[in-house]
Amino acid sequence: MESLSTGSLSGAQKEELMDQVKQQIAIANAQELLTKMSEKCFKKCITKPGTALDSSEQKCIAMCMDRYMDAWNLVSRTYSSRIQRERNNM
Amino acid sequence: MSDLSDFSSTKGADSELQEFLMAEKQKAQFHAQIHEFNDFCWDKCVDKPGSKLDSRTETCMTNCVERFIDVSLLITNRFAQMLEKGGGMH
Repeated sequence: MESLSTGSLSGAQKEELMDQVKQQIAIANAQELLTKMSEKCFKKCITKPGTALDSSEQKCIAMCMDRYMDAWNLVSRTYSSRIQRERNNM
Repeated sequence: MSDLSDFSSTKGADSELQEFLMAEKQKAQFHAQIHEFNDFCWDKCVDKPGSKLDSRTETCMTNCVERFIDVSLLITNRFAQMLEKGGGMH
């Protein structure tokens, strides 16, 4: 990370910086998801690694990815509604 | 994601940028938490990934997230009490 002396940033530069930050965060998020999905779905679907991925393994991986996304979205909804509830209780 | 906090002390950084970074940081922390929840609740709740998340799995995932938060809160409160009493840590 470069040093941040933002005293002399123009409006356009600032906008660009913000876009870059957003993009970097989105990339990091996607990478995290990919890593986790690969790890989890490998564990679920490949019990004995053979010389190639057979079609049932590929199907399992595809299904597992979709379910992992479903689970992620469910967790996201659950977590945010919990945060909301805790805030109301404060 | 560990340390964006020193941004807030960056001299001369304008407040718009600061607010933006704080908001992005919060979003990133929220996402990181979801990744973590999804990681271990997946292990606890999902057996063989099917064509959809069945309701039993969904309930398990939701309960898993909620109970984990309960446990964190319980432990945090109890730990605070321990510190207040001046005991516990030697």
